[in-house]
Amino acid sequence: MLRTLILRVENRPGALARITGLFSARGINIESLTVARTEDPTLSHMTIVVDLDDVALEKLVKLLDRLVDVVTVTVVDTREAVERELLLLKVRQEPGQKLELLKEAELFRARVVDVAPHSYVLEVTGDEDKLEAFIRVFEKYGILEVVRSGKVALARG
Amino acid sequence: MKRMKGTEIFVECLRREGVEVIFGHPGGAILPIYDRLYDAEIRHILMRHEQAAAHAADGYARASGRVGVAMATSGPGATNLVTGIASAFMDSVPMVVFTGQVPSTLIGTDAFQEADVVGITRPCTKHNYLVLRTEDLARTIREAFYLARTGRPGPVLVDLPKDIQLSECEFEYPEQVHLRGYRPVLDGDREAIRRAAVAILEAERPVIYAGGGVIASDGAEELRRLAEIGRIPVATTLMGLGGFPTEHPLSLGMLGMHGSWYANTAISRCDLLIALGVRFDDRVTGKLSEFAPTARKIHVDIDPAEINKNVRVDIPIVGDVRRVLSVLNAEMEGLVSTHGTAAWVRKRQQWLAQIAEWKRTYPFRYEYDERVIKPQWVIEEIARITQGEAILTTDVGQHQMWAAQYYRFKHPRTWITSGGLGAMGFGLPAAIGAWFARRDRPVIAICGDGSFQMTMQELAVVAEHRIPVKVVILNNFFLGMVRQWQQIFYNGRYAASDLRVSPDYAKIAEAYGLRGHTVRRPEELVGLLEQTLLASEPVILDVQVAAEENVYPMVPPGAAITEMILGPLETTAVADSKESIA
Repeated sequence: MLRTLILRVENRPGALARITGLFSARGINIESLTVARTEDPTLSHMTIVVDLDDVALEKLVKLLDRLVDVVTVTVVDTREAVERELLLLKVRQEPGQKLELLKEAELFRARVVDVAPHSYVLEVTGDEDKLEAFIRVFEKYGILEVVRSGKVALARG
Repeated sequence: MKRMKGTEIFVECLRREGVEVIFGHPGGAILPIYDRLYDAEIRHILMRHEQAAAHAADGYARASGRVGVAMATSGPGATNLVTGIASAFMDSVPMVVFTGQVPSTLIGTDAFQEADVVGITRPCTKHNYLVLRTEDLARTIREAFYLARTGRPGPVLVDLPKDIQLSECEFEYPEQVHLRGYRPVLDGDREAIRRAAVAILEAERPVIYAGGGVIASDGAEELRRLAEIGRIPVATTLMGLGGFPTEHPLSLGMLGMHGSWYANTAISRCDLLIALGVRFDDRVTGKLSEFAPTARKIHVDIDPAEINKNVRVDIPIVGDVRRVLSVLNAEMEGLVSTHGTAAWVRKRQQWLAQIAEWKRTYPFRYEYDERVIKPQWVIEEIARITQGEAILTTDVGQHQMWAAQYYRFKHPRTWITSGGLGAMGFGLPAAIGAWFARRDRPVIAICGDGSFQMTMQELAVVAEHRIPVKVVILNNFFLGMVRQWQQIFYNGRYAASDLRVSPDYAKIAEAYGLRGHTVRRPEELVGLLEQTLLASEPVILDVQVAAEENVYPMVPPGAAITEMILGPLETTAVADSKESIA
């Protein structure tokens, strides 16, 4: 089951390696990972998505918490956190399909961020379900490339 | 504030941490610090291999309870330290390790003797640092010592590029350590401790399973109080030996793969398991589902990550073992005074009588042989001669297990062994370190012939400082534990475990200017052993023992701890008693 971890960590060299080392040493694959500075420049905010059962997750959280560089670690689900991901999609643009394509992009509040003679790049943000749906809808036009930022999550309240 | 060079800051910070001795080996990238140490009061002991420097710092730390310090140069110096760091990490030993590094401008250029040391040691240190500004040096050293000794202790590495050692800055000693991501919990939850006390009161067949946390927290006295107030038998792990006196009537000795029959049996039948400073290691538990299967479980440990790691427990208590036990003991005494001891004593009587009978019937046993020296006998004699007052260090293998089984432990911090990592070659350098920590106790390194050959170059250090350690090699001309496994699990095919071509260890001793003796016949043993252990100078004793003796009992890996393979004598005892029951 996919689980989302939110970490606040010291913004220092080695911190990321120390954290990811705990996963790799145990053969746990990271589904997505984002790191960036926070309102406090000495702290980074990290969102990690992993596929783990409850028992394995509990052990992993304790190991993360044990790291000196990890200030806080929490496991959140969609009810407790706002989760967003950014997706860029390069889609084929055939003559005659332009209007329909733009209309469908509009439905997802996607924006066109690059226009080339035969393709568009669309930008969209949302949660997992919305992005999956977005990809499904645009498959019929011919997807050339998709890139996702990985999820960022922030606890509610 | 005063302007100081990195090397001066280094020495000043170590002085403030109370460091008396550093075990190390120099090289190019750490030379500025060595040059400063040349005039400093802190003693430096030149080990002959960096691995030994780390093991010596480990031995020093365990014997003293203080932080051990090891040091080496960049690249190969640092990589040679890794085994010793990993061993200290597995056994939670407080250590600070300093490594030289190429100048910061050369980092990442594949410079001469460059290695990514913080990268290499990240998984085997509690924390590590690469210092990139001299301004950060004092704070980093302060944090390193603080992290090493507090919470769950462990090794911390500080990597020091050469230019950082040489640059100057304003020196200000950081009195306070501020680490927002590090808050060890020392005091256990009062409510959980109260529940534990009640559970102990209610139990009919409790057993204490005590480990390295008892030693690390200096909790042996409190453990003894708990056992005596609650009338609870105590089994110790390999790391916990010395935490409870072997000859105490409530002692079950060591449990686990080579534990006593009665310890493993008591664990399997208990209704309450009180786990203190332990991590439910596979060498202790055997098959997890059959480890104390009918027991409620209390687990006290300073590291929350150890709770429910291998075994789900009923009453977890995160905290320092000594502190938790002191509150628990007060709680127990309160309960005893309210409820009286009579009912309690009655409740435990049957269990304690049962255990006493097991101890009588199934002790550790071996067949004495007058033609060949049995290794177990050597340990028994060492125990007799030293009366349990010596510090024992060991290598890893059969001799280590025999020492654990047959020595009579009296005091904490007198048993120093590479438990978790199982690093061969640990014994001699750890003995050197232990001697610098505790000059008041005799120090004996019990070595295997295979292990000894891994670090025997350290005899030079023994000779240089006339360190009166005694090295007793239980020499069976085999990698004994490997051979035992091959005999039992690999149809006796002794692949690469034969050490028939070995040096004459007495002559090796002589080559270093030390006294060495070889003991081949049983009738020579006692005399030479007494002479060795009572000598005021270092002696190396090569005791040639029965070549194919096995360590029993033995729990095959993955089996339940009650499924012990027994030695010939033990098998007879168990069969006899079954007959008498029938």
